[in-house]
Amino acid sequence: MNPALQGLFTIILGVGGCIGYFYFSNQFLDKVLFPAKGPNAGRNINRANMVRPWLFLFPALALLGLYLAYPVFETLRLSVSERVSGGGSKFVGFANYSQMFGEPKFWEAMGNNMLWLIFVPAMSTAFGLLAAQLTDRIKWGNIAKSLIFMPMAISFVGAAVIFKLVYDTRPIDQEQIGILNAIYLWFGGDAPQTWLTIPLWNNFFLMVVLIWIQTGFAMVILSAALRGIPEDTIEAAIIDGANPFQIFFKIKIPQIVGTIVVVWTTITIVVLKVFDIVFAMTNGQWETQVLANYMFDKLFRANDWGVGSASAMIIMLLVTPILVWNVYNVRKEMK
Amino acid sequence: MANVKLTHVDKVYGGTVEVLKDINLDIKKGELVVFVGPSGCGKSTLLRMIAGLEKITGGTLEIDGVVVNDIPPSQRGIAMVFQSYALYPHMTVRDNMSFALKLAKKSPQEIEDAVNRAAEKLQLTQYLDRLPKALSGGQRQRVAIGRSIVRDPKVYLFDEPLSNLDAALRAATRIEIAQLKEQMPDSTMIYVTHDQVEAMTLASRIVVLANKGIAQVGTPLDLYERPENEFVAQFIGSPAMNLLPGEIIETGEKTKVRLSGGGVAISDVKSKASDKGKEVNIGIRPEDFVLAEGDDYTFEGKVNHREALGEVTLFYFAKQGGADVVISKLPGIHTGVRGKTVRLSAPSSKVQVFHNGKSLYYR
Repeated sequence: MNPALQGLFTIILGVGGCIGYFYFSNQFLDKVLFPAKGPNAGRNINRANMVRPWLFLFPALALLGLYLAYPVFETLRLSVSERVSGGGSKFVGFANYSQMFGEPKFWEAMGNNMLWLIFVPAMSTAFGLLAAQLTDRIKWGNIAKSLIFMPMAISFVGAAVIFKLVYDTRPIDQEQIGILNAIYLWFGGDAPQTWLTIPLWNNFFLMVVLIWIQTGFAMVILSAALRGIPEDTIEAAIIDGANPFQIFFKIKIPQIVGTIVVVWTTITIVVLKVFDIVFAMTNGQWETQVLANYMFDKLFRANDWGVGSASAMIIMLLVTPILVWNVYNVRKEMK
Repeated sequence: MANVKLTHVDKVYGGTVEVLKDINLDIKKGELVVFVGPSGCGKSTLLRMIAGLEKITGGTLEIDGVVVNDIPPSQRGIAMVFQSYALYPHMTVRDNMSFALKLAKKSPQEIEDAVNRAAEKLQLTQYLDRLPKALSGGQRQRVAIGRSIVRDPKVYLFDEPLSNLDAALRAATRIEIAQLKEQMPDSTMIYVTHDQVEAMTLASRIVVLANKGIAQVGTPLDLYERPENEFVAQFIGSPAMNLLPGEIIETGEKTKVRLSGGGVAISDVKSKASDKGKEVNIGIRPEDFVLAEGDDYTFEGKVNHREALGEVTLFYFAKQGGADVVISKLPGIHTGVRGKTVRLSAPSSKVQVFHNGKSLYYR
């Protein structure tokens, strides 16, 4: 069958299946299980209404359980077991963990992740806030916002490819197609640099990609928050004698601090899971390894699912508290 | 010395939309001037122009003899109280009140003293360390007033400060503002409201704004007793003044008008011999009507609807011709009048005469 037809068929089947599920399960509930007639009509209606939410929740709960909850426990099990030759596995306690903690590559990934954690959310939020404030009152502000937001529509891998070209290096006697080298040479640089191989700096060259993507997200959310600030408080500050900087830092920022925290933590979670960018650009070489890529390396290249699962557990351990805090803040914001 | 002086002030939005035109007003030191007018008449815009939040398109604004058109709000010597209070939600009451002084780099001791003084005056001392969200509406508005007091401005600007409060609190806060004004006899206040009661009770002078300009300026009772035109006559007082069409039949120290409804009205307003035969509207407030005995009446009509409020009774009369519904407000309780024809008259001192919308009194 033609893949397009196949896709269409799958979509129809999926959507139809969903509609069918909700329709027929409700019919069953209302007509067969608890019919709204007979001597117990009132009681039956109440019971049907108590069951109905679970009917709606069931598909989501089942799928989340199968694809999220179960893998968590399976990964936990794998991280404390070892493959036995000839199939099967045996419990080894924390052997995988201690092996992992002994590897310098793991600590390199941890260190780099911390670097990412500090710089990417901070820079994305700062640039996003700046862009939101600067585009707020100008005529072409909406065009500027659209342009800044556009990278959000590009996949991480796509963005990585774009920036790989930006950082591209050609031999000195050839024309440079990487814009960074072109600029570097134009400003009097002696020889084209292979940017992605310069330790420590190459981490920042990778971070730029994610900052480039996440700034748009931060800007959109913070722009809405800035517009939600009552105009009166700003006018009162003008009358009180505040200059534009004081208004921004003492009146506006404190009023949207909750939103800033939400944006910051949301980006932090994205950063902790960062994989595609590193995978597509350096694959962890030249001291750019990060945890997610390390996990992928162990799990699918070295086929060592013991250490791979252990590193996955570490990532989950790092993400969970931030996630909890993020959800707490989002709820507070929505109140 | 005049404290606030507006000369030929205009406001135009976007080069085409004219909001205010040729406003001339002289507000003296220590006055409490109230701007009233129908919604959209530009009263808030005028206040915001004085504050410096809106640009003045034409004319000059002087505060204490200095033209301030291009001086930023904070240096004009004004303070403003907003309808929504506009408190900084992330600052305590104390920080809210001291923000302007901190920006002005006053010494901590000076700030402390000013805040404590204002807090005492407004009974806010015990709330100084609370955030605005932990205060009631009335308390918030007092903080907003306190925030302006600490700056010790030359002119206080109030933009509908009571309209977010419920009725009981509004009355209480209104009295507080009146007492505050008494405590600070030298400070000038400009107050925008759409509430007539606030205007009548607080103002030393009322400015009625309508049709992009000033309809009348005067003391509250001036406006009530001697409105300059039909607009002010109907705007001040509730229910609005009744306007009855007629023709002048006798002139002199008193003016006699035969009304198209058949009655006759005599007014204390003087008229010239040349006025005889002119088409006029006479204006009588609902509360000035009395029941007429015999054939000496001004208005005769059938009572369509009656509202008994106990202390007064409102009669709504059936419409006659093109005129508005006539309303009378008689003291006491009147029963069994619905559907009946009633004759009313009014003392000559209470009868206004308008020709082409303008009062003959002011010629």
